[in-house]
Amino acid sequence: MGPLLGVLFDGFAYGMLLFLLSVGLSVTLGMMNFVNLAHCAFAMLGGYVAVTLNRAGWPFFAALPMSFLSAAAVSVVLERTLYRRLYRAGELDHVLFTIGLAFISVAAAAYIFGTLHQPIQTPAYLTGSFQVMGVTIGVYRLFLVITGVLVAAFLVLALEYTRFGAKVRAAVDNQRMARGLGINIDAAFAITFALGSGLAGLGGALAIQVVGLDPSFAFLFLVYVLIIVSVGGLGSIGGSFVAAVLIGVSDIAGKYYVPQFGAFMIYLVMIALLMWRPQGLFGKR
Amino acid sequence: MILSPNTAPTPHSYLLARTRWGWAEIAFWIAVAAVPYLLFPTYLSLASQIAIAALFALSLDLILGYAGIVSLGHAAFFGLGAYAAGLFSKFVWGEPITGLIVAALVAGLVGFATSFIIARFKHLTLIMMTLGIGFLMHEVANSAHWLTGGHDGLQGVRIWPIFNYFRFDLWGYTAYTYSLIVLFIVFVLARRLINSPFGLSLRGIRENSTRMTALGADSRAHIRKIYTISAAIAGIAGGLLAQTTETVSLGSIDFQRSADVVVMLVLGGAGHLYGGLVGAIIFMVARDQFSGINPQFWYFPMGVLLVTIVMFLPGGLLGGLSRLVARFRKTSP
Repeated sequence: MGPLLGVLFDGFAYGMLLFLLSVGLSVTLGMMNFVNLAHCAFAMLGGYVAVTLNRAGWPFFAALPMSFLSAAAVSVVLERTLYRRLYRAGELDHVLFTIGLAFISVAAAAYIFGTLHQPIQTPAYLTGSFQVMGVTIGVYRLFLVITGVLVAAFLVLALEYTRFGAKVRAAVDNQRMARGLGINIDAAFAITFALGSGLAGLGGALAIQVVGLDPSFAFLFLVYVLIIVSVGGLGSIGGSFVAAVLIGVSDIAGKYYVPQFGAFMIYLVMIALLMWRPQGLFGKR
Repeated sequence: MILSPNTAPTPHSYLLARTRWGWAEIAFWIAVAAVPYLLFPTYLSLASQIAIAALFALSLDLILGYAGIVSLGHAAFFGLGAYAAGLFSKFVWGEPITGLIVAALVAGLVGFATSFIIARFKHLTLIMMTLGIGFLMHEVANSAHWLTGGHDGLQGVRIWPIFNYFRFDLWGYTAYTYSLIVLFIVFVLARRLINSPFGLSLRGIRENSTRMTALGADSRAHIRKIYTISAAIAGIAGGLLAQTTETVSLGSIDFQRSADVVVMLVLGGAGHLYGGLVGAIIFMVARDQFSGINPQFWYFPMGVLLVTIVMFLPGGLLGGLSRLVARFRKTSP
């Protein structure tokens, strides 16, 4: 039982990371139908901000909010200046434009920081591990799980019980109708976009300790994020959460039990799930 | 190439007019056949790489430019063709033309099998499916190390001389001639296909697939057909690469190659047949010129290029050119 529970726990922690990285994209995609392949570039930005501040002597927990804020700020500027001009364009234009942005971010990261992995200093009390009933629990992973669950709970509450959340839900359900009812979709979308990118930036900063950070980050996780978004269903926080845990656990379990398959299983699972439910597990449309 | 806007042709005469070869087209083909030999004889292996990339871009144009299927995993078929041709020469025989046919068959078969998935989906789900199939194929090639050599690449590919006479030389004379002839033959076939009623209904599906179904064209069957054809052509391009370089690496099936070919096509202009060709020439020459720099930096001009095209030059270079020509014709009758 020990190894199995350990794999489940590690997979769950990894899934929380993936949840932070993907939830913003899920909601923004649901609202505007905008395929944003540069989403993980914002995550990478958050990661590099955390690394830079950390190197300048900031403690880990002071750097985290800054990585959230910087990713949110940069994303909202881009959204207001460039993204918004393409909302009416087709998905090919979305894909090309955002892949272009991701390419630029990769080159910029390589130019500024080099192609090596960037280390980050976490506080001593977040390192190490302890044993519970024969299961090794990494403290940092436990921290990831707590963060992920807290963020998920906060998002669900905000979306269900606030006025702003109601506007976002209306926009996801039927953007044109919501617009017709006088909801300022553009403003709601800009805020959602900033919030989602900020969470990705936070995820990018938290991911460094687990998977490292180098310029390929913008594409490495993009596939996982896209899988989670399309499997979970657009605009569904619960769906993203379940899909992220599913992908996280099956990825870790696959690497642990059948390493020869590599990432093979995940793509197969994704194709099968989408064949079965093209809207994703929790998608409405 | 461009019809004068004041005539309203019948579909038949419209298609007939489009099948006629224009002067610009003939000049283009004479140029690509002559210029590399005469002016850049030391760059013939690059020229053959360009011809292969152009063929690959042409295959993507058939589905992206004409049927409107955005594929981010088209390298799956390129790589399948490359591995098929490589393995065929290693284990059966090294005759190149049969090798190409095998490459086309293998890629076409897998393309046909996956086309049933592709035809069912649209928008994000479709992109995810192409992406998933691309990554799946990459993982298969990577994990079948015993067969494909995995990261080390496929070794031991030996190609016989073409027709038992034209040996593949070090300078790439044979390679370029061979690649160019294959490109031209496939191009002529693709051109014929696009200017047929089938090609016309593909464009209809791209614009409005629901309406096309209402008009009696079976959208899904059409998409299955063109996807299979496109996969087979991509396989031929991959087979050419395997034969002319006598090796197959994982790079022939990875995401980078899928992304590169989209960039080439969009740069030149999707839906013009020549878009992929023009884009491949510019892209490959630029990459060759910048090959000294860190490959990660190469992403920068590529990203700027993509953003610029989407923002300011929809339709790529050829799209911009044809708008320019149209405006010129309007002002001077």
